[in-house]
Amino acid sequence: MTKILEPKKQNSIFRRPSSETGIWSWITTVDHKKIGIMYGYAAFFFLLIGGLEALVLRIQLSQPDNNFLSAAEYNAMFTMHGTTMIFLAIMPISAAFFNYLLPLQIGARDVAFPRLNALSFWIFIFGGIFLYSTFIFGTAGAPEGGYLDEEVSWLGSAPNGGWFGYQPNAGLKYSPGTAMDFWALGLQILGIASLISAFNFITTIINMRTKGMRFMRMPVFTWMTFAVSFLLAFSLPIIAIALFYVTFDRNFGTSFFLVEGGGDPVLWQHLFWLFGHPEVYILILPAFGIVSEVLPTFSRKPLFGYAAIVFAGFGIAFIGFGVWAHHMFASSISTVAQAGFGLSTMVIAVPTGVKIFNWLGTIWGGKLKLNTPMLFSLGFIGMFVIGGLSGVTHSIVPADTQQTDTYYIVAHFHYVLFGGAMFGIFSGLYYWFPKVWGKMYNETLGKIHFWLMLIGFNLTFGPMHWLGLQGQVRRTWVYAKETNLQFWNVIVTIGAFIIALSIVVFMINWIFSKRNGEKAPFDPWDARTIEWSIPSPTPVWNFSTAPNVKSLDDFWHSKYDEDEEGRAVRKPTADQLLIDLEEDGLNPKEEIILPNPSYFPIVLASGLPLLGYAVIFKSIALAVVGVILILSGSFGWGTEPLEEGH
Amino acid sequence: MLMKIFFKLKNLKYLFLVFISACIENAPLDSLSPEGPYARSIDELFWLTFWIAVIIFVLVQGALLVSVLLFRDKPNKPEPKQVHGNTKLEIIWTVIPVLILAFIAVPTVRTIFDLAREPEDALKIEVIGHQWWFEYKYPDYGITTANVLVIPSDRPVRLEMWSNDVLHNYWVPKLNGKRYLVPGQKTYLNLHADNPDEFWAQCGEYCGLSHSKMRGRVISLSENDFNLWINNEQQNALKLEDGSLAAEGQSVFLNAGCTQCHVINGVWDTQGDRIAPNLTHFAARTVFAGAALENNKENLTNWLANPAKIKPGTFMPNLELTEAEINALIAYLGTLK
Repeated sequence: MTKILEPKKQNSIFRRPSSETGIWSWITTVDHKKIGIMYGYAAFFFLLIGGLEALVLRIQLSQPDNNFLSAAEYNAMFTMHGTTMIFLAIMPISAAFFNYLLPLQIGARDVAFPRLNALSFWIFIFGGIFLYSTFIFGTAGAPEGGYLDEEVSWLGSAPNGGWFGYQPNAGLKYSPGTAMDFWALGLQILGIASLISAFNFITTIINMRTKGMRFMRMPVFTWMTFAVSFLLAFSLPIIAIALFYVTFDRNFGTSFFLVEGGGDPVLWQHLFWLFGHPEVYILILPAFGIVSEVLPTFSRKPLFGYAAIVFAGFGIAFIGFGVWAHHMFASSISTVAQAGFGLSTMVIAVPTGVKIFNWLGTIWGGKLKLNTPMLFSLGFIGMFVIGGLSGVTHSIVPADTQQTDTYYIVAHFHYVLFGGAMFGIFSGLYYWFPKVWGKMYNETLGKIHFWLMLIGFNLTFGPMHWLGLQGQVRRTWVYAKETNLQFWNVIVTIGAFIIALSIVVFMINWIFSKRNGEKAPFDPWDARTIEWSIPSPTPVWNFSTAPNVKSLDDFWHSKYDEDEEGRAVRKPTADQLLIDLEEDGLNPKEEIILPNPSYFPIVLASGLPLLGYAVIFKSIALAVVGVILILSGSFGWGTEPLEEGH
Repeated sequence: MLMKIFFKLKNLKYLFLVFISACIENAPLDSLSPEGPYARSIDELFWLTFWIAVIIFVLVQGALLVSVLLFRDKPNKPEPKQVHGNTKLEIIWTVIPVLILAFIAVPTVRTIFDLAREPEDALKIEVIGHQWWFEYKYPDYGITTANVLVIPSDRPVRLEMWSNDVLHNYWVPKLNGKRYLVPGQKTYLNLHADNPDEFWAQCGEYCGLSHSKMRGRVISLSENDFNLWINNEQQNALKLEDGSLAAEGQSVFLNAGCTQCHVINGVWDTQGDRIAPNLTHFAARTVFAGAALENNKENLTNWLANPAKIKPGTFMPNLELTEAEINALIAYLGTLK
């Protein structure tokens, strides 16, 4: 019989919510696992939308001079595709992994601030809804004085200045209507969510590690979470300020980026990329972490050069703040800046290379089990190397002035963010599927998913390299027939639909396996880290007793010794250990006090989009309601009682 | 297993052939077929990096494939040695990339400064970006034109560029890399073509609705032809006084509203700039409407009937011209050689 503490009944109006099942248990939860799962599903939903936007773009580009989409629609679609994939898909999927796994990997019961964790999730949800409400409330049109042949459709009434929002094109004069305001304010809201979780994770990692979990014993995924959290904490304030400038330029007559008022459009580029480049590492480092967990497990070897991989990760994160102007080599920067940022960009290739070589060192000489997570991790290495090498060609500044703003760049960053980040994420989704659901996914469908995605991915993004080098510029609604770019564009479009098919296979596998999959064994992968030393699905209290960690890969070392040759030998006690762990994990011996659920994170979060609408519709009433919600959420938050009983 | 490797290698070779064939088709915006010294110096640098990248690519992917083939789990395979790392290897694979990058860095930095230097005998041309067309001014000759940049082939040109509205990005792939046009600032780009020829240009930076149709042509001419072109461009248009169709077109031009934005030297001069292309030598240009359309009767008819249909967001209004007016205008534009 479990002994979780029943919250004491209180008669105060501020009683803490107590639902343990049903919708209210999700709305009021502060459990990092439930929040992680909700992050995952919400992010996957947005991933599907972003994917549909990509398919629509590819249909338009499958023929020269096509008019499947109008220019306004096309521009809205590519802007929303980029914005969605970065801020609403990959970042929150990473957040899903952080939330679910971080406390488990460091042996904690929850994150340091469980209610803040719920708050960042709900802010993310409201931010996403706010951004996407542009399709209902947003307006867009021709630049001041320009003419359109047809009204802008609902599809085109979304932000259309690109995810990078270069000024002055994304300013009011050249992007009239409210769509770009939805973009600026939506990103502002989403940024708050990420900033809050960054500080939450930093605090958690510093303070909540279990006994013996020294920094240099932390799993690499935890290390990468740590690095990403610092990147977020330092880079998001920059974009927040820049977005405030844009919002004020567009709504309140300032001219931070407008030449006619003494502003500077290039300043926006500096501010944006000073955030935007660390953002790339925010997207890719979680995948580095996942792959660093999967490769050793399925190679049955420790991670090669653990310290090197950790320090290389932090090296990348640090240097990542010093390379931003390589996005601006063709822009208005001096030759000295070109040379300097070219060199710093070359430098960042070194720690990246160190990581790749260490991963190869990990699988070299191992005993590779090619399950789906391993296939995706191996695919990750292969694809990411291509993205890394094309990245080095960008540091060759003169060559980059040919490549920049073409499909070569599109190819490059999709090899990094899809071949890299997304392959890593899928690897992690399969790897931890048994942990989260207590069931096994279907291996055959998993492998079909992998091969379809690998083929579709390379068909889609491989040809973009030479399409770009042969003159297809980015964000191009149409291309002339005379450019002879049609053939490869057809191939690319076919590839995109193969990717879509692979996603369908993934979804079928997920839904089917979650319902009818085989029950997962206690330690399905013979894994290394302590999140596998507890039952699956993870009990609500995580660890029945706080684990005592004695080494890196503690769980593995509790199962295996090394013989004289250095080969792993399973301890005779290992099987009994697993049975005991399962028994102990399900039946805590002492009372466990879990953080109480709370209504207030969602109340507080719901005020933020109202402030956004208040700016857009210039409505003081909406602002007042928003502020009241935020204040009452904060007040309730501060004054709600702790129901710890006794 | 050997068959498997062989199969994979064959595929690679096939892919490579496909890649090569992809590169030789005739693409007017191809950055891989340079036709001038600036583009060539970039091209050399690119291929140097490319082949180094290919070697690293083959080594890393090879190591990956070999690992998968050699170290795949098989029945009765013993547990692997628990190797935790190797400091010597770490140092090696840190230092070697540093050396390779240092090797590439030297020509990179040199080329950056070479490309930026102003050539001594360069012809200066001003490029002004508009949504969505490029305007060209020759300050030495007092010429203003649009869409088609005419340059001498016997000497380099120095473009001094800025934008009239949003950011644009001037790109003639066969002659040089890209450079932004920024409102309120000046940027510079050198062009030099080996031979008299025609090249395509394209705006690289997303600049709003019709970004994809902001194109251009660059025509390089021999010294003699270039001087002839200059002489012709310096002539004003003649005011037509006869009763021809073209003269009717001239009166449409003067009365229908075109003069709000367009200038024809000698017919409709104004002080200062107008927001639309100077039409004095319209018929001498092979393309119009931001080089999105070939200069022919059919295209002109469509364009004059409804400009926003061809270039969404355009600043040229639909003047509701009748068919007769359009025909007259086209006849008139045809005289502006």
